[in-house]
Amino acid sequence: MATLDLRQQFPILNRMVKGKPLVYFDNAATAQKPQRVIDALTHYYTHYNANIHRGIHTLAEEATAAYEAARHTAQEFIGAAAPEEIIFTRGTTEGINLVAYTWGRQNVGAGDEIIISGMEHHSNIVPWQILCEEKGAILKVIPVNDNGELAMDVYRSLLSNKTKLVSVVHVSNSLGTVNPVKEIIDAAHRAGARVLLDGAQSAVHMDIDVQAINCDFFAFSGHKVYGPTGVGVLYGKKELLESMPVFQGGGEMIKEVTFEKTIYNDLPYKYEAGTPNIADTIALKAALDFISETGKQQIRDHENELLAYATAQLQAIPGLTIIGNAKEKVSLVSFIIKDIHPQDVGVLLDNQGIAVRTGHHCTQPLMARFGIPGTIRASFALYNQKEEIDALVTSLHKTIKMLL
Amino acid sequence: MDIKPINDIEKDIIEDFGLFDSWEDKYEYIIDMGKKLAVLEDEHKLDENKIKGCQSTVWLVASYEDGRIFFKADSDAVIVKGLISMLIRVLSGHTPAEIIEARLDFIGEIGMMTHLAQIRSNGLLSMIKQMKNYAIAFQAIDNQQIDHK
Ligand SMILES: Cc1ncc(COP(=O)(O)O)c(C=O)c1O
Repeated sequence: MATLDLRQQFPILNRMVKGKPLVYFDNAATAQKPQRVIDALTHYYTHYNANIHRGIHTLAEEATAAYEAARHTAQEFIGAAAPEEIIFTRGTTEGINLVAYTWGRQNVGAGDEIIISGMEHHSNIVPWQILCEEKGAILKVIPVNDNGELAMDVYRSLLSNKTKLVSVVHVSNSLGTVNPVKEIIDAAHRAGARVLLDGAQSAVHMDIDVQAINCDFFAFSGHKVYGPTGVGVLYGKKELLESMPVFQGGGEMIKEVTFEKTIYNDLPYKYEAGTPNIADTIALKAALDFISETGKQQIRDHENELLAYATAQLQAIPGLTIIGNAKEKVSLVSFIIKDIHPQDVGVLLDNQGIAVRTGHHCTQPLMARFGIPGTIRASFALYNQKEEIDALVTSLHKTIKMLL
Repeated sequence: MDIKPINDIEKDIIEDFGLFDSWEDKYEYIIDMGKKLAVLEDEHKLDENKIKGCQSTVWLVASYEDGRIFFKADSDAVIVKGLISMLIRVLSGHTPAEIIEARLDFIGEIGMMTHLAQIRSNGLLSMIKQMKNYAIAFQAIDNQQIDHK
């Protein structure tokens, strides 16, 4: 993969931070955007901004066509069976909440159980806590072992006929662990439970085929797949989405409204009340096209090389411990340094032009599991280079020297 | 006790920072201040003394003697500790009214305003707020006592 050519498509990578060339290693928080995504946004506003699905004028037709084309692209991107299984949301968080508020309220009752894991993002914890509290249901947690992998034997023992839903992260944002989702899903289905996958971190790295893995719901965010903020995708199996109650009421999601009764629209519009985020959805298509054209396998090969290199280089630093050593990982390294607070490292790296994430990464229970306040996380994307990892290592040596 | 006005202490710090021409020097100074901060006894490291809104843990306690407030603090992150140490140097030993009115312009002058912007990550703003809250509380107690007299 020609990383240099790819880098040139990301204008932000040319900028300087504190007088040094930017090294952007916070890709798991949000990825940078290629020029074509930025262009898609300005092109929409410059040439065919209009409200969709309603107007009969040319602009409205063009905008509607572009918006629906994005749905088709998203469908292909995750291997969904039909475009109506693609609901545009604000992001992963909204997707999970949508399921909790609709499917959850319809299907989870007192004494029922929902299984999540010990490595969930708060977005995949809190909506279920709210639901459990409301319904008198019980939240069960799959433990995480010292390597940062799920204890699958415990998982299997947690499943029972009380389990209504298993909602787990496909790839951990704090550890990089790739979870064995096929196994998780098959076991859940045998127990009669549905499965939601939090795909916030997996969509950008892994090949996603929702039909092959047979998950019931899959949620991801546009901004982590080189697309804009404010748009995401919720996939749901058609028969489930059809049987679920509506989420928000308003325009777009209706067929006919009288004061006596409203007839709801068909899928996917049933779940897209109000004027959607048209511009960002259209630009999301540009991002997904960019990934597909670059090739996920090529991206992965490159990122795996970065991961192996970074792991070896970082491990050689005295006092440094990597948190998360799962057999299967995406290109992300979380670590701590003996006697040094992660935040101090983050501040000093920033002064050297290096953007990493420090803290609990919205996974406080996971940090508690490892008995640490947080980690320093370097997460890599297709445009990162080995030289940047060298820069990180050099800067870390300097940082440690300053702090100890 | 002879205590320098808040403004003068701020000026001293600004002068100190004026001598540094690299970010390394600045941060080494802050880190050094952090390491030298007077210890906070473990008995004060209670949840109720923790400042919310910080990525690191920050404890802050205040005592009130003869109309003056004295602060003590600690943190598990040394840069934050250095920042608190500077705030303590500026504010500790002053009257509630002086602390409430302090503008603390030195933070911007020494280029640490970005730390203020990152409210959620290191909570410099939360620390200042908490210090001022102590001042407001002690002032209120004083006023009550005056009312009762
Ligand atoms: C694993 C995981 N789940 C959920 C989210 C939430 O995504 P968003 O904030 O885009 O809704 C994130 C993003 O930080 C994440 O990494």
